[in-house]
Amino acid sequence: MGKRTIIPFGPQHPVLPEPVHLDLVIEDETVVEAIPSIGFIHRGLEKLVEKKEYTEMVYVIERICGICSFGHGWGYCLSVEGVMGVEIPERANYLRTIWHELSRMHSHLLWLGLLADGFGFESLFMHCWRIREKVLDIFEKTTGGRVIFSVCKVGGVRKDIDEATLKEISSVVDGMKKELKELADVFLEDYSVKNRLCGVGYLSKEDAAELAAVGPMARASGLKQDMRLLGHGVYDKLGFEPCIETAGDSYARCKVRIREVFQSIDLIIKAIEMIPDGDISVPVKGNVPANECVVRLEQPRGEAFYYAKGADSKFLERMRVRTPTNQNIPAMVKTLQGCDLADVPMLILTIDPCISCTER
Amino acid sequence: MAAFKIGKVVLRSLFKKPATLMYPVVPRKWEERTRGHIDININDCIFCGICARKCPTNAITVDRNKKSWTIERMQCIQCTHCVDLCPKHCLSNENTYTTPEVEKVVDLHVAPPEEPKPASDDTNKDSVEKKNA
Amino acid sequence: MEDLRETVIIPVTASELYSKVSDLNEDGYRLVQACCTKVSEGFEIIYSFDKEHELLNLKLTIPEEEEIMSITGITWSAFIYENEMQDLFGVKFKHMSLNYGGHFFKVSQPTPWNPKN
Repeated sequence: MGKRTIIPFGPQHPVLPEPVHLDLVIEDETVVEAIPSIGFIHRGLEKLVEKKEYTEMVYVIERICGICSFGHGWGYCLSVEGVMGVEIPERANYLRTIWHELSRMHSHLLWLGLLADGFGFESLFMHCWRIREKVLDIFEKTTGGRVIFSVCKVGGVRKDIDEATLKEISSVVDGMKKELKELADVFLEDYSVKNRLCGVGYLSKEDAAELAAVGPMARASGLKQDMRLLGHGVYDKLGFEPCIETAGDSYARCKVRIREVFQSIDLIIKAIEMIPDGDISVPVKGNVPANECVVRLEQPRGEAFYYAKGADSKFLERMRVRTPTNQNIPAMVKTLQGCDLADVPMLILTIDPCISCTER
Repeated sequence: MAAFKIGKVVLRSLFKKPATLMYPVVPRKWEERTRGHIDININDCIFCGICARKCPTNAITVDRNKKSWTIERMQCIQCTHCVDLCPKHCLSNENTYTTPEVEKVVDLHVAPPEEPKPASDDTNKDSVEKKNA
Repeated sequence: MEDLRETVIIPVTASELYSKVSDLNEDGYRLVQACCTKVSEGFEIIYSFDKEHELLNLKLTIPEEEEIMSITGITWSAFIYENEMQDLFGVKFKHMSLNYGGHFFKVSQPTPWNPKN
């Protein structure tokens, strides 16, 4: 047995600007144990519901995270609509689904870029982000914001997308397919990339189930788990089937996300073809009744959980947001055990951590 | 042997126009819906204070007696909730960002004193003061 | 498949929580989350479990002083939620497998969401 050393990793570390701290117990070059520690950017946003009216709170909730901002807004609105018993118009459901899938594309492209950066492939990183920029331009054109959209509200959406813009979105995302295919080939077939990804950070199906992994992490280990199957938005009408890989290593996680980008493109094009005319919101008035509602939503990073509890006033009594990273930290700790020190940054990256989300 | 798969993409981008703008020499194009900053037409404002009460970040203050409308630019998150709620539709969303500053900027708009004869040349001129808090 | 609006919440008592959770675990349920709400009687803790997209919630209401059994012995991934509740609300847990002792979240005052004074 070699000598054990503890190496502190983070909160400032070379992977991505997410303040996670890990105490890595190292034996020679191998990680024996990793002890996670978070809490550097806890903001107490959940507590703020007691001070902000439910209609304003959506703008605060959206700012939990910059990447899955739309998902948080949607989850909050769904849970409050559930408590109040509001039915939203069909067109709003379609628009929400389109924006959510666009968010997934931009989140996964950002992640693919960061992964390339993580194993030192700078030009691949730049090209991923070049494509992502087109999605951000669509966001700015349709919602007015590149990162935070402020477009979801309790009772529907705030902005409509006209016919011409919908057609344009459809052709832009369709055109992205060709460029994405070239980059997907690099990720999936390039010799040096495969060397860094294949067999690294293996998580078996049993472990993934036991440690309750969610999102692409679980799907890469062969679990059929995708909250889009629950039927939020219009996923049931679009004929959605989750992307599942069985290898359970970093390569499989990369492959799941690449397949999901292509799937999102198809879903967006299909939704744009099927979108009906009509209203985009219904007026919502009055207090939130003393009810409870639980909503689960598939965000780019995995399953997010929202729990809203009304108190017969304009303010909610409790709003709970449980983000996918929170659930993936135990699985991340598990994959770190037994890996090389040089692979640690990349393995942290493969769960797509968002610590700002986790701490709210 | 699938090595240097990115070669094609790299070679092509070598001879193409850059994907980035030569900012700030080439100014960026603003979309119509871009949420840049909130502007007010102070002449129509009735100082009801709804915008101040509903603002998620408490960036707006309204003083009914002094007839003033103040916005803390650095605190505003451009959610445009106030624009939706304004009963007189005097708030609007402009599609340009505010300039970067090193100190917190507070914009104060004061309504012009009421004149006996409307429709004179001075009515459109609202007095805008900028001060640093 | 569950109805979107339907929320199944089953009330449990502190003594039967551990056996109930271990039954669910053996049935193949995974822990989705656990969260705490400050109510007038003390704390209201909701444990959510999922099996093939079916959600099940257990609701536990305890007075503030009561110590409850940690479920980290059954599902290790609960350590995040238990430490979070311990740091933010001051819920007391027995036999936690990974206890940060109030240092999981770096808060400037103890139990900020349930202030003592």
